[in-house]
Formats: sequence, structure tokens, C-alpha cells
Amino acid sequence: MFGLCALAGVLVVVTLVDVIYQLVNNGQLATSRFGLGFLGHTAWKPGFHIEGAGALIYGTLVSSLMAIVLATPLGIAIGLYLSMMAPVRVRAVVGPLVEMLAAVPSIIYGFWGLVVLVPFVDRLEPGLHSALGFIPLFGPASPIGISLFSAGLVLTVMILPIISALSRDLFLTVPAELKDGAAALGATPWEIIRGVVLPTTVSGVTAAVVLGLGRALGEAIAVSFVIGDVNAIHPSLFQPASTLAERIANQFLAPVNPLHLAAMFYAGLVLVVIGMLTSVAARAIAGRFDVTQRVI
Amino acid sequence: MSATAETALYERMPFDPTAPLTPSGNLRRRAVVSRFVQITATAAAAFAVAVLVIVCYGVAVRGASALSFDFVVENPSGLASGGIFNALIGTLEIVAFGALIALPLGVMTGLYLTEFAGPRSRTARVLRLALDMMAGLPTIVVGLFVYGLIVIPQRRQSGFAGGIALAIVMLPLMARSSQEVLLLVPGSLREAADALGVSRWRTVLSVILPTAFGGILTGAILATARAAGETAPLLICDSIYNTDTTSLNLFHGVPSVSMFIYTSYDLPLTQAVIRAWGAAFVLMVLILIANVAARLLLARSRGRMAR
Repeated sequence: MFGLCALAGVLVVVTLVDVIYQLVNNGQLATSRFGLGFLGHTAWKPGFHIEGAGALIYGTLVSSLMAIVLATPLGIAIGLYLSMMAPVRVRAVVGPLVEMLAAVPSIIYGFWGLVVLVPFVDRLEPGLHSALGFIPLFGPASPIGISLFSAGLVLTVMILPIISALSRDLFLTVPAELKDGAAALGATPWEIIRGVVLPTTVSGVTAAVVLGLGRALGEAIAVSFVIGDVNAIHPSLFQPASTLAERIANQFLAPVNPLHLAAMFYAGLVLVVIGMLTSVAARAIAGRFDVTQRVI
Repeated sequence: MSATAETALYERMPFDPTAPLTPSGNLRRRAVVSRFVQITATAAAAFAVAVLVIVCYGVAVRGASALSFDFVVENPSGLASGGIFNALIGTLEIVAFGALIALPLGVMTGLYLTEFAGPRSRTARVLRLALDMMAGLPTIVVGLFVYGLIVIPQRRQSGFAGGIALAIVMLPLMARSSQEVLLLVPGSLREAADALGVSRWRTVLSVILPTAFGGILTGAILATARAAGETAPLLICDSIYNTDTTSLNLFHGVPSVSMFIYTSYDLPLTQAVIRAWGAAFVLMVLILIANVAARLLLARSRGRMAR
């Protein structure tokens, strides 16, 4: 029994190592040809044997950061509501409902994003552009709403349940004595949150946000529906773009030459390095808190 | 003292005795800020629920027109008519195969971490980190991995490859949830078994696993539901298949609901897009039902374990 269980553990580690090996091995053509320059080059012209992930990395980072910027305050607010403000009965219903946002498959988010969210963004854009157009981020738009902005919104919805469920669990670990003590000193609920709850859990919440970031960085299918797979770096959020994962999903099945295929494995390798870094970072930041991706 | 006399008394006083009880100035500002934050937090929760409702409603409204009994029990004929029976069976096959690998492995990993490894064990720490990393792998990368591991050597995509990929998606989730449930098993049960001289593996099999069964089952359902909705690994490992027939051979391409949605949306046929919505609706309903069932089960088994 011990042997079997230890074997299962070994298998996990071996699989992880093999993931790296397979990506390196199959991407060899691209890694040897482009080297680290792959990360900086922005051209992606498979027909001319030119591939660079610069634009992809830009799209990945910008869409994920946008999702983090929107989902972090929302998620923390939901976590606070569920852990400290909601009546017990409401909590028992709303909590699972929020978590259920994480159960909706990414393909459905993508499909829904394309049909519902993209037209919405298309109507939202003129207002944002005229009000905030002096900021390059809210620059000129693409004609149909397929854009980095839409991708960011879809990702926001996808990582919101992660951040809110994890932060709720963290807030619940704050000892009642601390909160009661603050209340006894006359602190208002917000002052209890700001003075006691957030400071004691800040490392855990940060780790939860990093986990959400990791999830957003690697999302392929949902993003591929709404971002347009256009290899461009444009300061405006309302222009179509592309991300690492989305590019792989879009072009993997029809590579024009072996180098193209290898380049996508290379992109996968970049993605995996980013993903592992976020996992390790989350673990390091979390400190004494136990923050990981989970299903319950 | 009559009311008028009381008022008269207050008026004669040099200060208002109720002043400390009614917020004013700084205290009022603090109360307003606090109230504002509470309202904002409530609004945020309402927003999240609203998003869930909007997504579900959007899918249901568009999928309803494609739905019928035949849609679920018939195979497709051509690209724009017929049902999604073969895709449902295919998803079932792939997910079941993946679960067959991932669930026992996940539970065993969880057992290793909670029952066999010591609290300060270095191997356990490495394993936890590995599980974290595995959970953090983007699913498309899992697809790439299995493509290199199985699809390239076999020279064809297959339900087998798809199942392996889904197993890798499920494994860390399963390990995580069983670990959490195993930690809830009271230590007194282990001590009682130890006191009776029962060996560790028998304790695990006959005491710990039965106690934690409900929770482990919950985790299994949720992990399986997650895998059933995955598209990215299947896109890479199992996207070429005969669209019109049910495939029972895992070593060939096996259709799946998520790939059906993914490919149908691309077709320039209104009917195909409507069917994609229908399939999305079916998939979503199945996954949400699994989630609700798992949560009810969890509540029950938690209650039993607390007793």
C-alpha cells in the first residue's frame, strides 16, 4: 500500500518532467533556430519560416493583467461579503453559485463571449473611447468588438470564482477574537476589514491572485473565440490580438511546415515556464496559508 | 416626569445628552464609509451571480431551439441535422477512461501525502509542489504533451490520447480534494486502529477510506465534471474523427461534445450553429447537475463525519 501510493507520487513527478521533455524535444527545430530571440521577435510568418512570440507574449500579459485588475477587487469584495457580511442562508446559496462560475466549461465561455459579450463590447467601446480616449489603451476600435478587451473580460469572469472562493476561505481563517477585539474598540465593519482581516491574510490573497493570473495566462479556448488571433501589438485594448495559448489552439492542427509546429511547441514551453513560475510564486507568497487550485 | 417637562429639562442643559449616541462628524463619516463598502461587496456578489445567470440564460435561450429528445439520442446526419448521441457517448468514453486512471492515482497520492509521509517529509514537499505545478499547467500544454507522448509515436489522434490528457487534468484536482477530505478524518480513528495493532495499510483500507468515502466521491465527481468540459486537450489529441457514427474504439478518433461545439461553430450554416448551442446547453446542464449533486453529497458526508 505504501509502495503503491509512493509510486503514484513518483508518477506525478515523472509526468511533470516528461512534460518539459516533450515540449523541448518537439520544439527543438524552433528552439535551435530562434533561440531566446523567439521571445522578443514580433513577426509570425510561418510561410517564410519566421516565428516570434513577442506579440503573443504581449497579448497574453495584457489580457491577463486586465483580468487581474478587474477580478481582484471584485473577487476580494465577494470573498468579504461571503465570509463576513452575508447571512448564513444567503452564504450557503451564493457561495456555491459563485464557485459554479468556475464549473462552466471554457468552450461555453468562448461561445457565449463571442455571441453575447463581443457585441456588448462593440457598443461599450464608443463611450469608453470618447471618455478615456486620451489614454492609448482606450484608442481606436476594431469594427466588430473582437479584441483584447473582450478577451480580458472573458478571463475576468473565468478567474473571478477562483479569487473569490480562495479569499473567502482565507478570510474565514481570521480568528474571531481579533475581529471581536477590533469591534470592541469601536471599529466599524470596514475598519475591521482594513485593519484586521486584510492585513492578516494579505499574503494568502496575493497568492490567490497569482493563481488566478496563472489560470488566465494559460486559457486557450475561451480566448480564441473573442480575441481574433491577429499577430499585432497595438496600444489600444479594442484591437484584435493573440495570446500564446490561443495561437496554439488556433493553428496547431494545420501547421504549414515542421518549423511552424515546432514553434508552437516552443510557445507551449514558454507558457509552461510562465505557468510553473506562477505556481511556485503563489506557493512562496502564500507562506503559512494553504492556497492551491482546487475543485472543492 | 411628563414629556414636556423632559424637553424643558433638556433645553435647560448646557449639552445634548444624546449626542454620544448619534453619530456625527468623524464617526458619521466612518459609518458611511463602512456602509458604502458593505454595499459594494454585496453588489459584487450580486454581480457574480448575475453573470452566472446571464451565461446560463444566454446558453439556454439559444440552445433550447435545437433541443429535442431526438437531439440527445440520435447520431448526426451530415453537418447540420441529427443529434449529438455519438458525441455524448464519446465524451463519456474519454472521460471515463481518464477517470479510471486519474481517480485511483489521485486518491493514492492523497493517501501518500496524508497517511504515509511524515509531516516534515522532504519527498512530500516535493510532491506537493509537483501537484501544484501540475494543477497550474495550462490545459492546452497538457494537450501538447500528450501529442508528443502518444499522438506522434502512434501517428494518429485517438480517444486514448484524449483520455490520458484528461487524466492529467483530473489528477491534481483529485489528489488535492482527497487530501483535504483525508485530513478531516479524525485522528482518533487512526490511533484506535494503531492501538489494536492494525497495520497501516489495513487501517487505510478498512477505516480511513470508508470514512472519507463521501468526500472522495465528491471530489471525483467535480474533477470528472471539470474534465468533461475540457476542449483544449481534445482539440490537440482527439479532434479528427468520423462525425456521423458512434465510435467505441478508444484507439481511433472519438467524437466529443466539446469538440462538436468547437467545430460546429466554425461552419457557415445557421443550423450547425444552433446545434452547437444545443450541445453547449446539454453539456452545461450535465456539468451543473454534477456540481449540485457533488455539493449536496459533500454537505451530507461532512455532517456524517462531524457526528
